[in-house]
Amino acid sequence: MTELTAGPTTYVLRGVRPLGGDAVDVVLDAGTVAEITAVGAASADGATVIEAADHVLLPGLVDLHTHLREPGREDAETVASGTRAAAVGGFTAVHAMANTSPVADTAGVVEQVHRLGEQAGWADVFPVGAVTVGLDGERLAELGAMADSAARVRVFSDDGKCVHDPVLMRRALEYVKAFDGVVAQHAQEPRLTDGAQMNEGVVSAQVGLAGWPAVAEEAIIARDVLLAEHVGSRLHVCHLSTAGSVEIIRWAKSRGIDVTAEVTPHHLILTDELARTYDATYKVNPPLRTAADVEAVRDGLADGTIDIVATDHAPHTREDKDCEWGAAAFGMTGLETALSVVQQTMVDTGRLTWADVARVLSTTPARIGRVEAVQGRPIAVGEPANLTLVDPSARRVVDGTSQATASANTPFRDHELPGQVVATFLRGRATVLDGVPVPVHPGVGGAR
Amino acid sequence: MKHLLSTADLSRDEAVGLLDTAARMAATQSREIKKLPTLRGRTVVNLFFEDSTRTRISFETAAKRLSADVINFSAKGSSVSKGESLKDTALTLHAMGADAVVVRHWASGAPYQLAHAGWLDAAVLNAGDGTHMHPTQALLDAYTMRRHLAGRAQGLRSPHDDGVGADLTGLRVAIVGDVLHSRVARANVALLHTLGAEVTLVAPPTLVPVGVEAWPCRTSYDLDATLVDWQPDAVMMLRVQRERMSGGAGAFFPSPLEYARYYGLDARRLATLPEHAIVMHPGPMNRGLEISAEAADSDRAVIVEQVANGIAVRMAALYLLMAGDRSAEGNDL
Repeated sequence: MTELTAGPTTYVLRGVRPLGGDAVDVVLDAGTVAEITAVGAASADGATVIEAADHVLLPGLVDLHTHLREPGREDAETVASGTRAAAVGGFTAVHAMANTSPVADTAGVVEQVHRLGEQAGWADVFPVGAVTVGLDGERLAELGAMADSAARVRVFSDDGKCVHDPVLMRRALEYVKAFDGVVAQHAQEPRLTDGAQMNEGVVSAQVGLAGWPAVAEEAIIARDVLLAEHVGSRLHVCHLSTAGSVEIIRWAKSRGIDVTAEVTPHHLILTDELARTYDATYKVNPPLRTAADVEAVRDGLADGTIDIVATDHAPHTREDKDCEWGAAAFGMTGLETALSVVQQTMVDTGRLTWADVARVLSTTPARIGRVEAVQGRPIAVGEPANLTLVDPSARRVVDGTSQATASANTPFRDHELPGQVVATFLRGRATVLDGVPVPVHPGVGGAR
Repeated sequence: MKHLLSTADLSRDEAVGLLDTAARMAATQSREIKKLPTLRGRTVVNLFFEDSTRTRISFETAAKRLSADVINFSAKGSSVSKGESLKDTALTLHAMGADAVVVRHWASGAPYQLAHAGWLDAAVLNAGDGTHMHPTQALLDAYTMRRHLAGRAQGLRSPHDDGVGADLTGLRVAIVGDVLHSRVARANVALLHTLGAEVTLVAPPTLVPVGVEAWPCRTSYDLDATLVDWQPDAVMMLRVQRERMSGGAGAFFPSPLEYARYYGLDARRLATLPEHAIVMHPGPMNRGLEISAEAADSDRAVIVEQVANGIAVRMAALYLLMAGDRSAEGNDL
């Protein structure tokens, strides 16, 4: 055995367009961007040449909101399978949400997840720590211990549940300032959403599913931005989904409140009309909203009110989805379709440039997660070669069962989407080539 | 018609056809021998994920009067708590060769899933799903209204006519009570609109769904004004579940007494109705809450007749779904 890592360490990306700009040759060597030069000028000697004319080069994508399910629900996803899906989607880093079993509310669990990520080698895994013990919303978890651990946690979230107690939320916002952390809030007023199944509105009234009103999200966001202002903390709002939420964030930013917000790819494109099928693939939390909300979150992303796109990749087993809507789990996968959805809704419509895409899917999420020293870097000589090569002219039909994620609950099954991640590089190593994942340990890393 | 899932799927002609078939079925039920051989050798499964003795017995009686074999399958509990999924239950029924599945389920949409997921190819009859639909209830309600009231708005009615061939054009129907949680209300609004009737929903605002503005009906919070000013031809009282008034801060109204005071049909309100108006209730009634004993037992009330008509309507639905496709296959008896 002569080769443990897949592929050579030197690549020439011939004729590529960094951030959609002018075509150049980019040379990757020894884990960094070694040279950026005129098309055809880079030497091919000893290098693997990737003909990339008209391909767009982006900094490796960074997801601030991924559910990897390990430990506890390895039947739905593992750190290995989830990060493999991330790589296929063009991501070089993911933030792994805390709602595992056991919950990531101790240094031990976050270090375990971090280590599993390193072993898999598909992408950097930055564990998110739970805000409260067991996500129960009753008392703070040991946030300092998680911050000081080998996993270096900076993002804290009870995602899946809302930190709804206002005093507890205030304490958390204040406490994480000591280590420059951020609380990422899943904004859902629990009393207003008891038993909720889908967006409350015209469609829920017709199909007879209990409503999840927009106000249950907006009321928490309004409270939290005011709390953040009062205690001088930074706040991150997960997966905002309504027009009203966009307005509140816009207002908060105009007041100088240190708040950032994310939108998911699915909330950029899908609406609650899909609930008419009673297909639980479309059951997600927060729920799919109306066409007016979709338009508002696109506007918010275009004008910078919404800072980032995060996937909320939420894999579920078939048995948790192949049942009555009311009994099904909330969530949909997203890592492998996120960039395509952003391209379709924002780039192909002229509302974002590819440089903007790099901002909302890499630079800013890395900064919010405080991993900007290693991820979300500029494409420049000497920088780490965390890169994503995209063919925007490709069209592909999504096949849920052949995706790299271990679960098949994609809402884009059988949909044609634009754009294809051709290659992903993690510190110079190709984790994806020709659109196909390349295991770091041949025969091992690709296993589910 | 392959399935009967929602009254919103029915065209005017389909709905009138169903009611006309029900009228023919009802005519056979006054004979000494009520049983028809129509569905002999065919199997109807009553698949009930939620208790409802009344609805199950009604479907069972209807199927048996058509000579079908009837299997009652009680699958109470959710797929989560019970262990067997809706899918596995469906595959089991498919393997057993069910020709029609009558399904009552706590989950909105479960009958739709049974009909569309490819798990079985039997005809699916929705016998009530969650807070979504209850199409045979709405059909029996429409049938009952037509018998009593059809043509009245046009002044066409002859006393010996059960309304066969007619729709409900111009009739005014007030549906009163817990609209939010009511599959009966949803099913009735859609069907009555299709049949040309006008509907006013009357409920406290807490029991009106957000999004009701898209429904083809009016909404009022004032029962007295609706009865006196609008003069409905039929008043349908919905059952109010006891659990709607518990739950502390989450209760939908302050007390049973206050509910009855504003939204209950009592003798005084009954007296404000037009002389021909009928009083309906899908049952089971909470006497003293949404309807007083005087109203329930008055000669305006057609509540017991609704039950009888339910059998004829369900016979019609089973017949059209099961014998209809059989004659299409050319092997009619």
